[in-house]
Amino acid sequence: MDGFRIPLGTWVEAGVDWVKDNLEGLLDVISLIVRTLVEGLTTLLVDAPFVVVIVVAALLSWLVRSWQLAIGTLITFTLLVGLELWEPAMQTLALVVVAALVAVVIAVPLGIWSARNATVRAVLKPVLDFMQTMPAFVYLIPAIVFFSIGVVPGLVATVIFALPPGVRLTEFGIRGVDAETVEAGQAFGATPAQILRGVQLPLALPTIMAGVNQVIMLALSMAVIAGMAGADGLGKMVVEAISTVNIGQGVEAGLGVVIIAVFLDRVTAALGNPAEYPSSLLGMLSRRRAARRRAVATAEPVLAA
Amino acid sequence: MSETALEARHLYKVFGKSPSQAVRRLKAGESRAEVLDAGTAAVIDASFTVERGEIFVIMGLSGSGKSTIIRMLNGLHDATDGEVTLHGDPITGIPSGRLREIRRDRVSMVFQHFALLPHRSVAANVAYPLELKGVPKAERLARAEEILGMVGLAGWGDKLPSELSGGMQQRVGIARALAADTDILLMDEAFSALDPLIRREMQEQLLELQQKLRKTIVFITHDLNEAMFLGDRIAVMRDGRIVQIGTPEDILTDPANDYVEQFVQDVDRARVLTAGNVMERPRPVVSESAGPRTALRQMRDAYMSAAYVVGRDRRLAGIVTDRDAVKQVRKGESDLTAILRPVPQSVNETEVLMNLFVPAVESPLPLAVVDDDGRLVGVIPRVTLLAALGPGPGATEEITLPLPPMPQAEIDAVLGEGAAGLDAAARMDDGAARVEEVR
Repeated sequence: MDGFRIPLGTWVEAGVDWVKDNLEGLLDVISLIVRTLVEGLTTLLVDAPFVVVIVVAALLSWLVRSWQLAIGTLITFTLLVGLELWEPAMQTLALVVVAALVAVVIAVPLGIWSARNATVRAVLKPVLDFMQTMPAFVYLIPAIVFFSIGVVPGLVATVIFALPPGVRLTEFGIRGVDAETVEAGQAFGATPAQILRGVQLPLALPTIMAGVNQVIMLALSMAVIAGMAGADGLGKMVVEAISTVNIGQGVEAGLGVVIIAVFLDRVTAALGNPAEYPSSLLGMLSRRRAARRRAVATAEPVLAA
Repeated sequence: MSETALEARHLYKVFGKSPSQAVRRLKAGESRAEVLDAGTAAVIDASFTVERGEIFVIMGLSGSGKSTIIRMLNGLHDATDGEVTLHGDPITGIPSGRLREIRRDRVSMVFQHFALLPHRSVAANVAYPLELKGVPKAERLARAEEILGMVGLAGWGDKLPSELSGGMQQRVGIARALAADTDILLMDEAFSALDPLIRREMQEQLLELQQKLRKTIVFITHDLNEAMFLGDRIAVMRDGRIVQIGTPEDILTDPANDYVEQFVQDVDRARVLTAGNVMERPRPVVSESAGPRTALRQMRDAYMSAAYVVGRDRRLAGIVTDRDAVKQVRKGESDLTAILRPVPQSVNETEVLMNLFVPAVESPLPLAVVDDDGRLVGVIPRVTLLAALGPGPGATEEITLPLPPMPQAEIDAVLGEGAAGLDAAARMDDGAARVEEVR
């Protein structure tokens, strides 16, 4: 066996080099778009007065979930300011939001496609398994080769790592829609696109949103690792803290990640099941609208009489 | 009226790896079990026609292929072989766009578990077929409200389906199918998920709606009582084949084979069979123009104490009793109409047996059965009524008359009682007196 070794690593390197040499234009375009998106959002969040950002975040919490979460958001986000973590926190938030957005935009159509096509499903399953189990750091290496140090390789690695649950849960949700209800759509002459829009997506929405929630959580955990690739934010602070064995900074930056994570998790979880949060602003508004409609409906006969 | 709305010709459906090979072998005479290696045959050589405006019930146990058949009638399942036509237009082997058009305009469906869209209001669910047809929103919601009123759900349009009971949800399902305004309605075990009381109510409501709307309905069920109650005609399925097609009475009184016979054993016959199904030839029947002597002779031959009297057009005129006839003969009169008594009880021939028991008890004669014009078409002795409730074809055959008792004189002779004649005379007077009292 001596001297026999499968040179898999060499092959991959050759492949990466080939991509870098031949698809440079494409990589540049991706890089440009991603950087514009992340930096634009970061600038928006950092340049705006932090009070405005905090109030908007709190309102958003109330809108989709409850006033309790709004107060929690108010307190924890103010804490970020007090710890002087505001700028890195907003950088991380921007990275996570953009990464999650990109991942969802890729994952949901892929999930729909694989729900409708057994071949796609068969091909996608091992690929997703691979993406999810491969140690996350490994993605950073080719990403850095392709995009050099900075926020872009961090984001690309984050997207790849966060993608699988979005695809899986979308597929699962659509395939889990009651077959008879889909048949009903067909029986009344709906086209496949009408069934997707009118029946399958709305009924699968809670599952799909659970997937989106997972995507965001994974993106957040990956965003810290992305700090190693040079992406600014809380991740970078954690990496610095590790290399200088700075306990204080580590805990503070870690706490910042936790605060962002809780906010994103609660908000996106509520988006998937609006019915479970009747005290949210949205729920109250829709109830009031229904009540008004009913009042109009009962008033009509009186008018007619 | 006998226009064909829907026709299935030699339909086959095989699920599995080589369906067409399985069909070829089935056609060559192999059994369902023999072709299992090529695929599972869900429907084998099913042919039937559904007339416009009738309720055609397909009945069978689970796994008999009935749900597969109904799904081939609107193309949800492709037929492996054979042809389905709606009003003469084929729906098998046509492009999917054309098929969708037919589903939108010609045939709608009601599902076992309602299959409503849970995120839409009741009204929006009912309006769904109209939405697919491209009807403007205001118009379709107005139409939905109108149809909800028709199924007894006026004012529930704003609710979500989950806020309604099962029976109400299925009414929404029916309203949705009606909103599509198609001639043909497919109902797949539409009431099977409902509890028995609600089910009965829904069945009655469906018949009521059908009286008004005259749709062509194909109804799938595993419940024979439901099939008998709703169906104008019934197809009984077993193991993918249709084993008998006929009216409920046909199926009940003349089962095609042991399987159907076994199946119909549990049916509530009293609710299915009608007076017309079980009645016997009326005997004796005396014509109004005949005299009391003829009447007496006929009563004696039939061993009856009274007889129905009919007019020239066989219209039921009344009854005559032997005692009245005897008196009239003694008086030397001959006009039967003078001693005519009113008919105690008569029923229409379409009445179900369930409604015959009380009249039968109250009628001293075998219950008279008349048609819509009041003509005497038959009689039902109580024994026949009882026999009709039992299983088996014998129930509706004419039963033999009981053996007449021996002449009284002979019995008296054996018993050695001398004053037989006197006794008999006294008894006859008694009887006459009783009749007088009744009068």
